[in-house]
Amino acid sequence: MSQVRPKRSDRRRTLVTPEGIALPLVLASRGTRFGALLIDLVIILVLMTVVTLAALYSGIGLLELVGKEFDKAEGSLKYSLEFLVILYIAVMFLFRHAYFLFFELGPRGSTPGKRATGIRVAARHGGRLTTEMVLARNLLRDVEIVLPLVALITAASEGGIYSFVSLLWFGVFALFPFFNRDRLRAGDLVAGTWVVEAPKSKLEVALSTTESAASGTSTATGASYKFGEEELAIYGEYELQTLERVLREDRHEAMVAVHEAICRKIGWNPGAGDERAFLEAYYTQLRARLESGMRMGKRKADKHA
Amino acid sequence: MAMFSLSKEATAEAAIEAAALRSDRFRQDREADWIRLEAIVTRMEKGRLRRIADEDVLALPVLYRTVASSLSVARETSLDAATLAYLESLVQRAWFLVYGPRTTLWSWLGRFFGGEWSRAVRSIWKEMGVALLLMIAGTVIGWQLVLIDPDWYYALVPTDPADPRVPGASAEALKGVMYGNQGQDGLSMFAAYLFSHNAGVAILCFALGFAFGIPPLLLLIHNTAMLGALLWLHDDKGLLIDIIGWLSIHGTTELLAILLSGAAGLHVGRSMAFPGERGVLEAAAAAGQRAAVVMAGVVLMLVCAGMLEGLGRQLINDTTQRLVVGYSILAFWLAYFFLFRRVPIASDAE
Repeated sequence: MSQVRPKRSDRRRTLVTPEGIALPLVLASRGTRFGALLIDLVIILVLMTVVTLAALYSGIGLLELVGKEFDKAEGSLKYSLEFLVILYIAVMFLFRHAYFLFFELGPRGSTPGKRATGIRVAARHGGRLTTEMVLARNLLRDVEIVLPLVALITAASEGGIYSFVSLLWFGVFALFPFFNRDRLRAGDLVAGTWVVEAPKSKLEVALSTTESAASGTSTATGASYKFGEEELAIYGEYELQTLERVLREDRHEAMVAVHEAICRKIGWNPGAGDERAFLEAYYTQLRARLESGMRMGKRKADKHA
Repeated sequence: MAMFSLSKEATAEAAIEAAALRSDRFRQDREADWIRLEAIVTRMEKGRLRRIADEDVLALPVLYRTVASSLSVARETSLDAATLAYLESLVQRAWFLVYGPRTTLWSWLGRFFGGEWSRAVRSIWKEMGVALLLMIAGTVIGWQLVLIDPDWYYALVPTDPADPRVPGASAEALKGVMYGNQGQDGLSMFAAYLFSHNAGVAILCFALGFAFGIPPLLLLIHNTAMLGALLWLHDDKGLLIDIIGWLSIHGTTELLAILLSGAAGLHVGRSMAFPGERGVLEAAAAAGQRAAVVMAGVVLMLVCAGMLEGLGRQLINDTTQRLVVGYSILAFWLAYFFLFRRVPIASDAE
C-alpha cells in the first residue's frame, strides 16, 4: 500500500463544486486511457469490417439477382446500388469521426472503452462539459493516432532522414500525455478537458452497528471488550482506516495478525478464536474516541501524531 | 442494585443505543436519501431518461445538494472511510449529471445555427484574412511556376494517365472535361465520396493548426498552388472563364470551408504561441472551443460542396449559370457569417 500511495496522490486533483464542496478527483492513468482507446479502436474496426462485408454481400447479391455487371446496371437496381454506396460512405465517415462524439456527449461522458475501464471526460475548470469541448477534443484524433501510425510505418518500411523526422514530429503528438502533469493529450489541451476516474462505490454496511461492535460484547463467547482511555489513545485515524479495511476484507489470517499486534501494543494477552469480535469492538471504541475528538476540533492523523 | 437488575434488558438496549456512534445515527437518518439518489443517478447514467419518473428528475438537484451537504458534514464528523468514499463517488456522479452537458442535439443545433456558428466565424476574422492572403499567394505562385516552366504542372497537380488535362492539351479536350457531362451515372456516389474526402482534409488542416499554425499554412499554399496551375492551363487555351465557372459552382463553398478550417487551425496555434495575459492552457482551451464550432460548420459546408460538385456541376452545363449559382451561394455564406449577428441566448459554454 505504501508503495502505491505516492503514485496515486500524484494523480489526485480537487474540484470545488458551486456549493463549495471540495470533491476529490483522480486523473486516469495513461495506461488506463491507452487501454480504453484500444477497446474503442477494436470496436470501431469490428463495426467497419462488419458493415463493409454486409455492404459487399448485399451489393453482390443485388447484382447476381439480375445477373448484370455494375456498369451496366439500370433503373431501380442502379439507384439501389448507388444508395448502398452512399450509405456505406456516410456510415464509414460517421464511424471514423462521430463514434467518440456520440458517446462522450452522453450522460456518462465516456465511450464504451472508457466505461469498461472506469474513466470519463470532464471539464478541466470544473464547470459544465460542453458540446464544444467534446467536439474540439475529438477533432485532433487524426494527428494523434492516424498520422503517427502512418509515420511509424513509413519510417519502418522506407527509412531515411525525412521519414525519421516526421516520425519524431508526430511522435510528439502521440506521446503528448507523457509531457505534462495532467496527462492531457493534445485534444484535451485544446478542448479544456481532462480524463478522470469515475469510481462507483457501493454503500457498505456500517461496521460499528453490529451487536458485538456496539455493545463491545462478543456474541460467540460472551466476552466483554471494554478498552480504557490509554488503550485507545495509542492509535490514530490512519490505523483506524487500516483496521476498517481488514474488517471489511474479512480474511482470517489478517485479522489474527492485527489482533495480535493490537494486544501486544496495549498489553493484553492475545487469546484465540474471537478475533473478529475483539477487533469490531476495538474499531468501534477507537472510532468513537477519535470522532468525539473531531467534534472538539482535535484530530489525530496516526499513531505518531 | 435492585433497580439495575429490574431494568437490565432496558439498559442493555440503551447501551447499544448509546454505544452506536453518533456518526452512525447520522448515517441511518440520511441513508434513504443517499440510496434514492444513487438509484436515480444509475438510471440516468444508463441513458434511460424516459423511464425515469418526472418527480425523480425534479428531485435530482435537491437530492444532490442534500447528499453534498451530508458529505461535508460526514467529513467533519465521521471516520467511516467506506461511507466517505461512497458519498464522494455518489456526489461526483450526481455532480456530473447536474452540471453535465444538458443540451439535447436539437437545442444545440438551434443555438449553433441561431448565431453561435456565425459568431465563432467572426471571432477568427483575422486568421481568415491571413488564410485568404495565403490562398491567393498560393494560387499566384502556382500560376507563375507553371508559366516559367510547364513541367511544374506535373509536380503541383496529381495527374492520372487518363486525365486529358495536361500542358499542351487541346481546348477541345479541356472543354470535354468541363462540359462533357460524364453521363449522369453515379453522381450522388461521387458527391458522397467528395464530401468524405474533403472533410477528412479539412479536419486534418484544423488538427495540424495545433502545431503553432505552421502546417496549415503549408497545406493552404500547396492546395491553392494546384489551383493556380489548373487556371494557367486553361487560360493558355482561352478557357479561363470556363474553368472559373467549372470550379466556382462548388469551389466557392469548398474553398471557403478550407479557408475556415485553416483559419481555425491558425487561431488555435496563434493563441498557444501568443496566449496574452492568460495561461497557455486557458488560451488554448478557449480558442479550441471556438475553433470546434467553426469546424462543425465546415463539415456541413463540405456536405453542401460535395452535393454541388457531384450533382450541380454535372447537371448545370452552362458557365454563366455555374457562376451565378457559385457566387450567390458565396454571398449567402458571407451574409450569414458577417451580417447575421444575433447573439445566441444562454449558451452553456459560459
